[in-house]
Amino acid sequence: MPTTIALDELQKLIQQAAILVDVLPADEYTREHLPGAINIPLKDIGLSTAATLPRDRLIIVYCHDYE
Amino acid sequence: MSARAAWRLETLGFTEVFRYKPGKADWLANGLPTTGTEANVPRVSQVIRRDVPTCHLGERVGTVRERVQAAGWDMCLVVTNDNVVLGRLRGKALRASQVAIVDEVMEEGPTTIRPDTLLDDIIPRMQQKRVASIVVTTPDGRLIGVLFRHDAEARLVTSTVQPKGTDGA
Repeated sequence: MPTTIALDELQKLIQQAAILVDVLPADEYTREHLPGAINIPLKDIGLSTAATLPRDRLIIVYCHDYE
Repeated sequence: MSARAAWRLETLGFTEVFRYKPGKADWLANGLPTTGTEANVPRVSQVIRRDVPTCHLGERVGTVRERVQAAGWDMCLVVTNDNVVLGRLRGKALRASQVAIVDEVMEEGPTTIRPDTLLDDIIPRMQQKRVASIVVTTPDGRLIGVLFRHDAEARLVTSTVQPKGTDGA
């Protein structure tokens, strides 16, 4: 079950080299995203994209808010 | 959206997946930097006053008024124990009898906006409706602060003033 985190935990995990994934559509990501975030829109998350993500790192996903 | 993404990643075999549930709006609300073509666009989060006095249902107006005046404000927001905004006291309500109860005089359900709202969008709306201030909350209604129109207008002016020698002339 994915763990929900708040801002302070997010910042700690980023320092631990977690991979930050913005799951918003590409145009929204292009306009504005968190520093260091990569973009994998929700609709693109699947077998092929999963193969590009390292399995030995923590992964944090975010979107706009609470969605 | 991030909930579905997190679950999907787990079904794909990732075992340590975290979800930053409050998302980009929360990041922006905390005034943290962003990257992208609109990263430097002035937003409400940059000019929020976060020290607005608060009170709770059941409190006496006289007690609240003293607190508000001591803080140098002329407004108080009525919140729950979880900081969710229920109402507002200002003007006549704040000058009500000192034994009156907040519930009896408060303005119910004030309009709220989110901290990531663009100043370019909100200022014309406030000007059109002649609104001097507006309450800023998280999407689930928790108080962040108050946006004053004059702060927003001043911030926008500052952000559009080009330093000398940068206009390409």
